[in-house]
Amino acid sequence: MVFQWSSLPLLMPALILIGLLFLLPIGYAFYYAFTNLQLAGPHAVLYGLTGLQNVKQLIHDPEFLHSIVLTVIFIAGSAILGQTVIGLALALIMRRALAAIRLSVGAIVVLAWVLPSVTSAFVWYAFAQQGGTLGTILHNPAGSYLVNDAMLIVSIANSWRSVAFSMLMFAAALRNLPTEVLEAAEVDGIPAWRRLSSVVIPMLRGTIVTNLLLVTLGNISEFTLIWILTRGGPVDATTTMPVYMYLVSFIYDNLGYGSMIGLALVLLAGLISLLYVRNVKDRMA
Amino acid sequence: MISATALGRAEGKPAQYRRFTPASIATNLVLGAFGVVFASPMLWLVLASFDQHAGWQVKVPELTLGNYRTVISYNYLDPIWNSLYLSLVATAVTTAVSIITGYVLSTRHIPLKRTIMLSVLLLTGIPVTVLIVPIYELFVQLNWLNSIPAVGLLMAASSLPFGIWLMKNYIDAVPVEILEAAAVDGVGTRRTVLGVILPATYSGVLVTVMVTFINAWGAFLVPLILISNPGSEPGSIALYQFLSAFVTPRIGPLAAYSLIFSLPVVVLYLFVARRLAGGFAFGGGVKG
Repeated sequence: MVFQWSSLPLLMPALILIGLLFLLPIGYAFYYAFTNLQLAGPHAVLYGLTGLQNVKQLIHDPEFLHSIVLTVIFIAGSAILGQTVIGLALALIMRRALAAIRLSVGAIVVLAWVLPSVTSAFVWYAFAQQGGTLGTILHNPAGSYLVNDAMLIVSIANSWRSVAFSMLMFAAALRNLPTEVLEAAEVDGIPAWRRLSSVVIPMLRGTIVTNLLLVTLGNISEFTLIWILTRGGPVDATTTMPVYMYLVSFIYDNLGYGSMIGLALVLLAGLISLLYVRNVKDRMA
Repeated sequence: MISATALGRAEGKPAQYRRFTPASIATNLVLGAFGVVFASPMLWLVLASFDQHAGWQVKVPELTLGNYRTVISYNYLDPIWNSLYLSLVATAVTTAVSIITGYVLSTRHIPLKRTIMLSVLLLTGIPVTVLIVPIYELFVQLNWLNSIPAVGLLMAASSLPFGIWLMKNYIDAVPVEILEAAAVDGVGTRRTVLGVILPATYSGVLVTVMVTFINAWGAFLVPLILISNPGSEPGSIALYQFLSAFVTPRIGPLAAYSLIFSLPVVVLYLFVARRLAGGFAFGGGVKG
């Protein structure tokens, strides 16, 4: 087969859209990151390249380093524990639950996933508020969890909103496992935790890795939920990397330096995505 | 592919899973308790939206439709129409372009096809959020700020790598006999796509529509930066402003507004999930 030139016009819409609104911004990210561009003020129009100025600022910026630490904590709490571990646990427990309970809990978990993130943020704003439902459940109605445990609440809220993705992914993977192996392990009377650690988890290894990469990608770019719940606060307790990028770019008006933070995020996301692509490619080949 | 019905199809399990033992009773109780706690934030939203004196607490509502009346009687619904406009532009563009591009990538000879597909997959992992500063500058230069269709196109582009990847894989799974039959009959590209590919990849199209629409409908940072004109803001921004300009007695209308804003995506999800349970449509196409 040879390339048919008639294919080209059919590919044009995709090339234009992705080129203009995806690849060009990625290119711009590299350019603006090395400028002193501002949102308003003298350098909004008259800006120029400033060499490695923004890189120097970035590596000496304690707030940026702090935002990296917070992003790692957020990933550990939400992506790893709240989404992957609990998502797998839910998928496993549901196999053994009554149909009525399995289906209703499953529907509730998926519903939380489908809701727009602004709605989830509002619902959690109310839930964790002083005098909110969380305080009642914990017998501490005066507790203001959004002030005292902001990072914990943000991580739990994000897990609440996103755990369905991992749960569905693991449920699908579990259904594809050969039942004979699971049954054999059960008949042999191997205790449940050993079955889990030496049969189920090794067999799900690929799914676990893929899931971790995908949910980490979601976590490093999460802005809406954190911004609405805490605006990165109190002070900077929940200022993860995307929140810091937003603050620097659009609140402190420093678009050039904000681009540099954005570029760090683009490179990080690109790296994780590359690992994901390698993972998929290995299974394609 | 994650099936929306993955949890529904647990039949065919060995009988011992179904037996009542202390362990299985405990499992069901734990899962049930988890479900109740998990549902309580959402339960609050529904109850508060019908409560005359809504507070932050889950409580039995003093029933009223006043919150909904308040929200509907002002211009609060305009942003929801803006959301609809934005999301329909994004969904129509992404779905159409994904089908065509997926078709060409699946059925025709394209140099470096594997590299192209892996690049498309790589792009699915780059969230639009991290590119917001350069996108803002691009929109300034193109004079696209405050334009709903332009933001719709941006959301289309951000969902496009996923759509292309998905549709290409769905079209790959269409039996060759069907495509060959179309070629023998001398059917043109347009009719092949509309008459053969589309019915055969119905599920993939539905998933693309759903994911793009939900993604565009929920977009927050993108319109927050790119749309500042009060008449053009989508529902997500209106809800946020409603929440920020907020005094305690407005909790009820705010809850009602969030529910109205969330309803379209929930309905779309339920619609698509039901359709997907029916499985693939091309079963009959190759038989006999």
